[in-house]
Amino acid sequence: MQPIAESIGIAAPELVLATGAMVLLMLGVFRGNRSLHGLTYGGVIIYAIAGFALLGDAQSELAFDGLYIADDFSAYLKVLIFAAAAICSIIALPYLVRARSDKFEYPVLIMLGALGMSMMVSANDLLSLYIGLELQSLAAYVLAAFHRNEASSSEAGLKYFVLGALASGILLYGVSLVYGFTGTTDFRLLQVAVTETPAVGTVIGLVFILAGLAFKVSAVPFHMWTPDVYQGAPTPVAAFFASAPKAAAMGLLVRVCMDAFGGMMSEWQQIIAFMAIASMVLGAVGAIGQRSIKRLLAYSSINNIGFALIGLAAASELGISGVLFYMAIYLPMTIGAFLVVLSLRGADGRPLDTMNSLKGLSKTRPGLAIALLIFMFSLAGIPPLFGFWPKFAVFNAAIDAEMYVLAVIGVVTSVVGAFYYLRIIKLAYFDEPEGTVLPQESRVNGALLAGIAVFCSPLGLFLMGPITVAAARAARAMLTF
Amino acid sequence: MSSVAAEYLPILIFLGIAVALSCVFVGLPVLVSNLTGTNQPYDAKLAEYECGFPAFEDARRQFDVRFYLVAILFIIFDLEVAFLFPWAVSLGATGVFGWTSMMIFLGILTIGFIYEWKKGALEWE
Repeated sequence: MQPIAESIGIAAPELVLATGAMVLLMLGVFRGNRSLHGLTYGGVIIYAIAGFALLGDAQSELAFDGLYIADDFSAYLKVLIFAAAAICSIIALPYLVRARSDKFEYPVLIMLGALGMSMMVSANDLLSLYIGLELQSLAAYVLAAFHRNEASSSEAGLKYFVLGALASGILLYGVSLVYGFTGTTDFRLLQVAVTETPAVGTVIGLVFILAGLAFKVSAVPFHMWTPDVYQGAPTPVAAFFASAPKAAAMGLLVRVCMDAFGGMMSEWQQIIAFMAIASMVLGAVGAIGQRSIKRLLAYSSINNIGFALIGLAAASELGISGVLFYMAIYLPMTIGAFLVVLSLRGADGRPLDTMNSLKGLSKTRPGLAIALLIFMFSLAGIPPLFGFWPKFAVFNAAIDAEMYVLAVIGVVTSVVGAFYYLRIIKLAYFDEPEGTVLPQESRVNGALLAGIAVFCSPLGLFLMGPITVAAARAARAMLTF
Repeated sequence: MSSVAAEYLPILIFLGIAVALSCVFVGLPVLVSNLTGTNQPYDAKLAEYECGFPAFEDARRQFDVRFYLVAILFIIFDLEVAFLFPWAVSLGATGVFGWTSMMIFLGILTIGFIYEWKKGALEWE
């Protein structure tokens, strides 16, 4: 057995988060809800410490007798997850206070969720995968129902819980089938087992596992919960759902497909390609008729997951680095778009969520309108903005893998999707204002919004070099170890 | 072949006993109620008893979660005890590692317990 001290050293980021979450919980329960702000910024410090724990020697290491893996791939995704979790706990503060939901549990739940996600991207065994996934999901169910006195939020929590539990059950059933037919749950041993002794049962197990994971990344045909949950959940929680868990589940999906089931590429490639096409088409078409901005952003996230899946369907190093690059740009874009929604408050101070409330935003809130413009053009993938490059990377990978049909459908749905992104810009810039929109109430949120907008603007291209290098290195580390 | 079948004899016996016992559990009350005349229902006899809720009513009403809270908290500690038994028996084999792991587990559980206590989940009124 591997020495326990060595394993703990390798899993240091998770240890920091787990201890941190428990310390925050104890501080919160003894100091009460007035400690919300203190706990939130304390949480940000803990994320920073966990991030520093990621630094160190870059080689891939196994811990806990192969249950856990720390490599460049997991480190890359953990940076994204920690950053998104920190931002999502900060941006919620003014919203929670105004909605009288300023309970100290919020940053603690986000941190427990981040711990689960961190475990997901470091999983090297089907069982540690499940533990991470459940920890993340349980925190997410509670967060969705965080406004427990509001019917819509409770409904979102209940829907998410029932469907999520079903998806977890399906995943677990798949795991049991795979274990039954191969005799192992370890990714490395699975890779050998599925190549040497292929069995129909393993394929069925793989299908069940993919169905469970597709639910977590909200890929069509397992997307049905996404619009309802995003609309019903509190806006900062929806921002969290659309960002960090997506990166984690995507990383998990990539590792399960490329690593554990690398020997069954032809089997899962068709499934992933189908999910990519279906997600892109449904995400683009479904968003057109929406009146709620949060629902629209939910369809937008389904659409974007479809694009990211193209990279996985290509099943090459180029494709995987494309997926990683995509997630690094998608996260800031979607958090930024939700931050704009968070900043929209009507004359009575209540949050606005309808498309019509965006009318004439360029006259009432010019700064916010510019940020919205940048995020929408970026999500639509208009060239000078940052959002164009990840799409380019995944299409490039698909062409390289000779999957021309997939790439063409991707470009076509991208054009369809541009319609609704541009419609938002039209509402904000060419329509007359209806009612008033109150100014930004929190300087921190304003600064974050401006920072993310600059990142997504052409100025962000200065960062493209380092990000693509890191993504390529992460992809290589995952594939060669 | 026969030796393979013999290996499954215990489960066959178990199933036989299980079927017989469940027949008794279902049959006996039916028989007794027929003999004593309690099979003639009236309103009060049919009234709610499970968790104190009317059985046929709109599901969207407010109800007291105290019963469920206590039940859920009970299950957590119940499972913990179920987990402690095999640990205690095999402690000689797992040694310091096993002891430390369980203490960490109990520590995490205690944090949860402190949380629920401070939140007032254990108070009935």
